[in-house]
Amino acid sequence: MISTSHRQGDTIEKGSSLGRDAWLRLKKNHVAMASLWFFIAVVVMCFFLPFVPGIPNPNITHPDLQSMKPFSSATSIEGEEVFYFLGSDHLGRDIFSRILHGGRVSLAVGFLATAVSLTIGVVYGAVSGFIGGRLDAAMMRIVDILYALPFMIIVIILTTYFGNNLWLLFVCIGAVEWLTMSRIVRGQVISLKNQEFVEAARSLGLSQRRIIFRHLIPNTVGPVIVYTTLTVPAVMRLEAILSFLGLGVQPPDASWGSLIKEGADRMASDPGLLIYPAIIFGLTLFCLNFLGDGLRDALDPKSSKD
Amino acid sequence: MMDTVRYILSRFGQSVFALLCIITITFFLARLAPGGPFLDDKAVPEHLIEQMNKNYGFDRPLVVQYGLYLGRLVTGDLGPSLGNKGFTVNEVIAEGFPVSFMLGISGLIIALMIGVPVGVFAAAKRNTAVDYTLMTIAMLGICLPTFVIAPLLGEFLALRLGWFDVAMWENSSAWFLGALTLGLYYSAYIARLTRGSMLDVLSQDFIRTAHAKGVAPVKVLFKHAFRGGITPVVAYLGPALAGLIGGSFVVETVFGLPGLGQHFIKAATNRDYWLINGTVTVFAVLILVMNFLVDVIQAWLDPRTKSK
Repeated sequence: MISTSHRQGDTIEKGSSLGRDAWLRLKKNHVAMASLWFFIAVVVMCFFLPFVPGIPNPNITHPDLQSMKPFSSATSIEGEEVFYFLGSDHLGRDIFSRILHGGRVSLAVGFLATAVSLTIGVVYGAVSGFIGGRLDAAMMRIVDILYALPFMIIVIILTTYFGNNLWLLFVCIGAVEWLTMSRIVRGQVISLKNQEFVEAARSLGLSQRRIIFRHLIPNTVGPVIVYTTLTVPAVMRLEAILSFLGLGVQPPDASWGSLIKEGADRMASDPGLLIYPAIIFGLTLFCLNFLGDGLRDALDPKSSKD
Repeated sequence: MMDTVRYILSRFGQSVFALLCIITITFFLARLAPGGPFLDDKAVPEHLIEQMNKNYGFDRPLVVQYGLYLGRLVTGDLGPSLGNKGFTVNEVIAEGFPVSFMLGISGLIIALMIGVPVGVFAAAKRNTAVDYTLMTIAMLGICLPTFVIAPLLGEFLALRLGWFDVAMWENSSAWFLGALTLGLYYSAYIARLTRGSMLDVLSQDFIRTAHAKGVAPVKVLFKHAFRGGITPVVAYLGPALAGLIGGSFVVETVFGLPGLGQHFIKAATNRDYWLINGTVTVFAVLILVMNFLVDVIQAWLDPRTKSK
């Protein structure tokens, strides 16, 4: 009895310090922390700044204020005073607020598809790994086959179903993106399921469902967080590619992808239209990737460089 | 030996089964999409559409059509293209596929030629300023998508410096710009992958033994560590090629190259059923052949994979 409670105490202490250790390690990684703060700043700006008064409406055109320089302010023909932080485009729309609005779509779509892929991948992988045997083999064979699908092509076919509904399209993209996540979770679960705490749970008579959802999945959190951080930029890239090919966001709505597309078309006359959205898009992806790497090092110190 | 033959045969069987699944999935995915190939901006009379559907056999039950389609596919006939009047799907693909394929393969070769040496070099100089700089550049390469790199390369290398033509495929160097764009992007991935797996191998005991024996460090790197370190890169070639084909759609759009990308996007939006199915089948065969070759090469590089 004494030894059991002692061991229990041990695990509780270890459990809480694992997360704190990881946080401390992450805090020491300056690049990862800078990435984290930058990403938070971008999210806050994209989702809240458009509601701040003084930021011009991204869809209001000013035919008389085309291709303004950055940091210029002007009075439109309607007598409205407009300040262009990053200049204006060929229709006199404010580039800065268009980038913020585009960011909302890009980020939201990234989060949405990632959430869907996270849910499917974690449940699929956990069930497959925990039950094992024939079911596991069959489920993993399905994953193998789906891996061989030309992904981009399937996504383009999917756009024909949801041409006008970006959100549904990305729910579906999430439903195609879960393969790697399920493999990661399955591997984790297989290595976890023979450990004593699962045996204890089983001997206490818990149902399989409860063991999977309450005992196994919470223990796979580390690798899942890391992979989630890497899925968000992957999905955002995909959205940008689709918008670039003219299959994603339709004008006058904007995403970072469609802004870059517009910019690329007018690069010769107005390079800012390409450069500003490309910089913010690239930096955001850069930060998410660095954050993912940093989290991997922090959560699994063994895997970090030497 | 028997072992190897059995492994190859079973992988081959799996590939054929996977191909059948992919063909089935795309057939029903394309056919169940709303809309149809004969709808136009102009109002087409109902009875004309019915007649067209009848001509192409679209009025029969879907399962029957599926059976007929598989039967035709076995003989290598991909059917008529509904969007390109007078052309068969075989002709459209024969025209566009070589362009996309050349782009993808050249991109892959460029990616390997840049990515592998950079990865090995960074691993050899691990945790130094050189390593961090190279890996930061690689990360930038991953984050700047092809559709940003492509117009920039076009602007600077082609328009400003005049080294390349900006567009058109025939007798021109624009395709090299496209391949370079794709190659740069994937070289960043390959560099990171190579560095990581080389570091894994370099921390193993047999490397320490080799160093202890007094083998020259360069020889340890290339003779002892390289074979193990390159295995994950070989495994990545299959998915990379699949990604390169998708990526080539973007590059084709930017540089105006007549590959399959534009045809396919048009086919998907206009419900050109046979062209959709044909393109997917060709790409799926390519990806599966590539994956199959990769598995065989991997089994040869690392005999332990066979037992897994």
